[in-house]
Amino acid sequence: MNAEATSRTLVIERELPHPPEKVWRALTDSALISQWLLQNDFQPSVGHQFKFRAPPMPQWNGIVDCEVLELEQHRRLAYSWNVGPDAAQGIRTVVTWTLTRTPGGVLLRMEQSGFRADQDANYKGASYGWQRFMAGLERVLSQPV
Amino acid sequence: MTQLADSVFRSLSDPTRRGLLERLTRHGEQTVWMLTRHSGVSQPAVSKHLGVLKRAGLVHLRHTGRETRYSAHPQGLAPLIDWLNAYATFWNDRFDRLESLLKGMEP
Repeated sequence: MNAEATSRTLVIERELPHPPEKVWRALTDSALISQWLLQNDFQPSVGHQFKFRAPPMPQWNGIVDCEVLELEQHRRLAYSWNVGPDAAQGIRTVVTWTLTRTPGGVLLRMEQSGFRADQDANYKGASYGWQRFMAGLERVLSQPV
Repeated sequence: MTQLADSVFRSLSDPTRRGLLERLTRHGEQTVWMLTRHSGVSQPAVSKHLGVLKRAGLVHLRHTGRETRYSAHPQGLAPLIDWLNAYATFWNDRFDRLESLLKGMEP
């Protein structure tokens, strides 16, 4: 197990003693997904828009708005993971699952990129995009304060 | 998301504010006038943005004579880091649940 949090991406990797095909089912079958992740109306189809529903919290209605962005059977799955009404007030991230076959099963990698590369399109004319800001932020945080 | 993280995210959702904070981070303490010169917006607008950053705990101000000097306060970003750590906890927990589910699934 390996969890690494930086200001731009969160990566979690685990080697699982199961074939990729089986892990893929758990990642792409709506009923199975709801058993380990969150309630959802996921469908394995690029462009499909769906929601994850978590229990509501004081600052959050519990809804994650998603769209399937990439789907490469048994290998790679990506969906947007958006929380909040818009890019200005909410969080725009992408969750990417990568499956790599290993001798003992599969290496499953989850990467949640903090801010989408195309987010800067929401700030046309902006001199400082999120990507650049977050890159700068990482430098700042790596310095003693 | 915690209320504090929410306030940090909101305050950083504006490109002008990100620009101001980045400038303070890179160049150290600045007056409103110095910041205005590089921001491309009016001085009242800069002051308003600095107020938002201050309320979010991202900048500090210091009065020297008739001038007010602003500086970055990177510790104010802690809620954002906490928020990312909360997500790490969330995913680790979900990985545990996924492993349990896989054990019980048909091959």
